[in-house]
Amino acid sequence: MSQDGVNKARRTLLVGATAGVGAVGAGFLAVPFVKSWMPSEKAKAAGAPAKIDVSKVEPGAMVTAEWRGKPVYVARRTEDMLNTLEGLAGRLKDPENANKAQQPEYADNVYRSRKPELIVLLGVCTHLGCAPKYVPEVEPQPFDPNWQGGWFCPCHGSRFDLSGRVYGGSPASDNLVVPAYMFESDNVVVVGVDEENA
Amino acid sequence: MSQNTNKIMAWIDDRLPVTQTYEKHMSKYYAPKNFNFWYFFGVLSMLMLVNQILTGIWLTMQFTPSAEAAFASVEYIMRDVEWGWLIRYMHSTGATFFFVAVYLHMMRAILYGSYQKPRELIWIFGMLIYLALMAEAFMGYVLPWGQMSYWGAQVIISLFSVMPYGDLLTEWIRGDFLISGATLNRFFALHVVAVPLVIVALVVMHLLALHEVGSNNPDGVDIKKHKDENGKPLDGIPFHPYYTVHDLVGIVVFLMVFCTVLFFFPEGNGFMLEYANFEPANGLKTPEHIAPVWYFGAFYAILRAVPDKLLGVIAMGAAIAVLFVLPWLDRSPVRSWRYKGIVSRIYIVIFGFNFALLTWLGTQPATELLTLIAQIASVIYFGYFAFLPLAPKFEKTKPVPERVTGGH
Repeated sequence: MSQDGVNKARRTLLVGATAGVGAVGAGFLAVPFVKSWMPSEKAKAAGAPAKIDVSKVEPGAMVTAEWRGKPVYVARRTEDMLNTLEGLAGRLKDPENANKAQQPEYADNVYRSRKPELIVLLGVCTHLGCAPKYVPEVEPQPFDPNWQGGWFCPCHGSRFDLSGRVYGGSPASDNLVVPAYMFESDNVVVVGVDEENA
Repeated sequence: MSQNTNKIMAWIDDRLPVTQTYEKHMSKYYAPKNFNFWYFFGVLSMLMLVNQILTGIWLTMQFTPSAEAAFASVEYIMRDVEWGWLIRYMHSTGATFFFVAVYLHMMRAILYGSYQKPRELIWIFGMLIYLALMAEAFMGYVLPWGQMSYWGAQVIISLFSVMPYGDLLTEWIRGDFLISGATLNRFFALHVVAVPLVIVALVVMHLLALHEVGSNNPDGVDIKKHKDENGKPLDGIPFHPYYTVHDLVGIVVFLMVFCTVLFFFPEGNGFMLEYANFEPANGLKTPEHIAPVWYFGAFYAILRAVPDKLLGVIAMGAAIAVLFVLPWLDRSPVRSWRYKGIVSRIYIVIFGFNFALLTWLGTQPATELLTLIAQIASVIYFGYFAFLPLAPKFEKTKPVPERVTGGH
């Protein structure tokens, strides 16, 4: 077969090499465009710890504070409420805190808190990020006829007990996150720092 | 006079194929003569696309894309800009009617097998348009920065967290550790520039692919098999003037319904503009009842029906993805449901109503009973796609006529 003086092998090599170099160049060019979507320096700087005064939180009540733009729930549980927690294991997906990423070590207990009565939770549903609603009353609810108190997510109906542990049958798979926190004094909780990352 | 016109056209045609293009796509594009009601929704989708682009351009002239000012600028458009309320309601109502037209257009393809060989690519392009349209509508709903804008964005973006590197991915999409002004600004850019460009390009491909193989019809027969001595299909009529004039009737009726909603029910009873969205975004408080706008209801219902985060997202993704392979799932030797077996015919109707049911369920609060119904409806939805490849194995089809039936 005549090639009319055309060296097809060389032409293929040159076309391939040109395309290859072009693809690498396009890859490098894409980096600034992709990276510019990451959180900016300004956004990163906005993550300071939040102080919460818990002296006015009555037994059974909850306050919502803001940390890094997200809601943080602090609830003071009554003795009765704490007594329900042990008996719920059979209805929960992760009663023993098997997923260690959901709470710091000092909250790895049935109360999921440093002080049994006071729980600090990130108010972000582990399903798709809505803020679950605090429903402390122990009474039948439209979403659960045998409700023992806890949090209910209005978005997709995930249910959590008063320790933020997820009930079976919820779309969420993990317990609510307990953020790093410590007590500055008896009445002031600092969210975002603890002994490990002060 | 006409001689001069001819000369000018000839001069242009030597340089740009205007006459040739006009004939290929309009005056000599032969469409089957038996189009029925279902065949209005392609042109109606295009009408709504034009409406969205036109009103959208006007809205950008007054809208301020920042977390601080977006909500107030939408109220400014509604109260202080002359006719601003009309342009905004045309845009928000237009989104609903765009989806109405697109869903009926897709149902038409399912009824008459318009996705079957040789029209697979038309269907694929159509599905890509649908996908782009969902992204477009979602990002558009975030822009007014109301409560539902904010929490809708929170839910939808969190869907990506189930993927590998999910946390990094969601941070990348949001541009922040939470939904913020950074998210709003990029959604504005995508909503007004990037995605509309993609949609318009896809619509062009959709039509080019359609005009290459020709339109299907309610009988699903090939009109190119019987041609007259000039090579024109016997059962075809030129798109212009016959279908252009014919479509005008559909457009007028459609616009009558559109205007009724636009002027009397612009909020669509909370299904089109949700009440929670009249409250500015608040990142600390989720509205009591959060639901998507109606046109996402079906997939949202499927997501909620599965009591597991990862599997729920997979089910929702699969519900959309399975539509892409529809041309290869339907193994029936006939295209139109008119000639399919009785089980297929019944299931097609059930599939249509079931999708409407899922759509409604997605807008309702998640009670135990409704979740159970959503689970059953999800099984019926996926069941249709499992049934399609099996149907020819046990079902006999009716004989398909040589020529189209009915028509004008």
